[in-house]
Amino acid sequence: MSVLEAPIAQPAVWRMPRMVARLLQSPGFLVGFGILLFWAICAVFGPSLVPYSPYRDDLMNALAPPSAAHWFGTDQIGRDIFSRIIAGARPILSVAPAATLLATVCGTTLGLIAGYAGGWVDNVLSRLIEVILALPLIVVALLVLVALGPSSINVMVVIALVFTPIIARTVRSAVLSECALDYMAAAQLRDEGALHIMFVEILPNILPPILVEVTVRLGYAIFTIASLSFLGFGIQPPSPDWGLAIAENYGLIVGGYWWTVGFAAMATASLVIGVNLLAEGLQSALSS
Amino acid sequence: MNARLLAKRLTLSAITLLLLSAVVFAAGQLLPGDVGRSILGPLADARAVAALNHQLGTDQPALTMYLHWLGNLLRGDMGQSYAFRSPVAPFIGHALLKSLALAAMAAVIVVPTAIAAGVFAALRVGSWQDRLITLGGLSLTIVPEFVSGIILILILGVWLRWLPISANTRPGTGVMEQARHLILPALPLVLLLFGYIARIARAGMLDALESDYTRTARLKGISPSQVLLRHVLRNALLPTITVVATQTSYLIGGLVVVETLFRYQGIGSLILTAARDKDFPMLEAGILVVGAAYVLSNVVADLLIGVLDPRVAMSRR
Repeated sequence: MSVLEAPIAQPAVWRMPRMVARLLQSPGFLVGFGILLFWAICAVFGPSLVPYSPYRDDLMNALAPPSAAHWFGTDQIGRDIFSRIIAGARPILSVAPAATLLATVCGTTLGLIAGYAGGWVDNVLSRLIEVILALPLIVVALLVLVALGPSSINVMVVIALVFTPIIARTVRSAVLSECALDYMAAAQLRDEGALHIMFVEILPNILPPILVEVTVRLGYAIFTIASLSFLGFGIQPPSPDWGLAIAENYGLIVGGYWWTVGFAAMATASLVIGVNLLAEGLQSALSS
Repeated sequence: MNARLLAKRLTLSAITLLLLSAVVFAAGQLLPGDVGRSILGPLADARAVAALNHQLGTDQPALTMYLHWLGNLLRGDMGQSYAFRSPVAPFIGHALLKSLALAAMAAVIVVPTAIAAGVFAALRVGSWQDRLITLGGLSLTIVPEFVSGIILILILGVWLRWLPISANTRPGTGVMEQARHLILPALPLVLLLFGYIARIARAGMLDALESDYTRTARLKGISPSQVLLRHVLRNALLPTITVVATQTSYLIGGLVVVETLFRYQGIGSLILTAARDKDFPMLEAGILVVGAAYVLSNVVADLLIGVLDPRVAMSRR
């Protein structure tokens, strides 16, 4: 075998067009993307499109079953459930992505430093992850939220705090495998500064694994925030949030008022499964 | 696993628990306002508040309080509940038993079905059944327990009327009937864990099926079912045990939500009630018990693997 035939390890940026082409052929990815797009549109435009105000009560029409006037029925104080489901995409789709974004920025920076510079940052990170993983996320969040008081901002901060070391660990291992490639040696020979190497040379090449981790984390952020709202420590009333709607109405199931919780449950399930399909599609398209 | 390794493992677990206790205690210190005031209410006399704070020990420096609390914990004294004005330990013990019953029900359902599904998927790798089990299982792990719980209650409890909705039974109910009431609450936990366990069982099976020892066994002329039972399964299921243990953390997190949804008085709902009442001694004890359960289940998993894996058992001799 001549030298010219030796396989060259390509940086990930060169492979981007092929990855996008493969994504567009993945049915799972497209379905997940469609679901997320639908809820994103509801989150942005929903409150101005719905037939009733999601907050207006109508005690004469309380607990009305689904009908032509109220497609999904009404809740205990007569609010239109269809309007609340559509408008309910906004709270969860603002807090969860914000928490994920915050954790991604902090986690990527920490991971780059830990992977490229190593040393004590690396050691502290590993210990931190061990302690965090020893407790269920819901329990950690409860503990902090009892101390700080429940609010959307505090929920966002808690989730970001827990996710930061987890994302940092993924970024760190991606950085370590990049460090063995030729372009890194070239950059070091050119005498580039550490900051330049970390953010200009390495970062674009580890974007695929970061993107996968971010979508996976987004799914877990939605999972956790919805659960916290259900427990009363997340998004607060009178928000049309789905988890909150289930918390307010699940006592009515025995009475047969299934519509007060059924639609909110289906909406939450569709959103998390959509994000999960998206993550799964990204993972299989970007890893090969 | 030899004795030295076990000792090291236990020491590490103890350190994790110690760190955990510090974190839990520190969170308690963040709580604004003083404890005596929040127990007695805004109208209480300032002297009564100060006296109660002194009695509870909440007027001392944080480090003193922490060491005192830790010392009591080691003697088995978990402190006094602010909300109930009585020792925490009996509450924790009672709730822990109820949660164990629920978790056991979930484990009894999920471990065999998930392993069977994983093995089945591995034997038909690439088929639509394989894709359904893998992708479907994984999608279910991300659906919050209260959401799958609501859907299951509506379908199995309200619509089909196959299972009782309530987890609680009247005193004097038979064991079988009590167990039947636990099936519906256990199902959301089953859905949560199914995907992970099935996926690991499938991966372990695929590794074992492609291994040299499986080929050797086949070439020796052993019947396919014997190869599967004696050579493949035994090796394939080892990693599954570790995963079942690490999933304990998800299981306990799930308990908080499921026990709230089904109004079941276990450790999860105890933690949530303590959080709502700002009953910190109860909350701290509950969370530490949860952390200890996680650490313990990991140690047990290590021991089990030592017993089951002949290679590890060999190195002990």
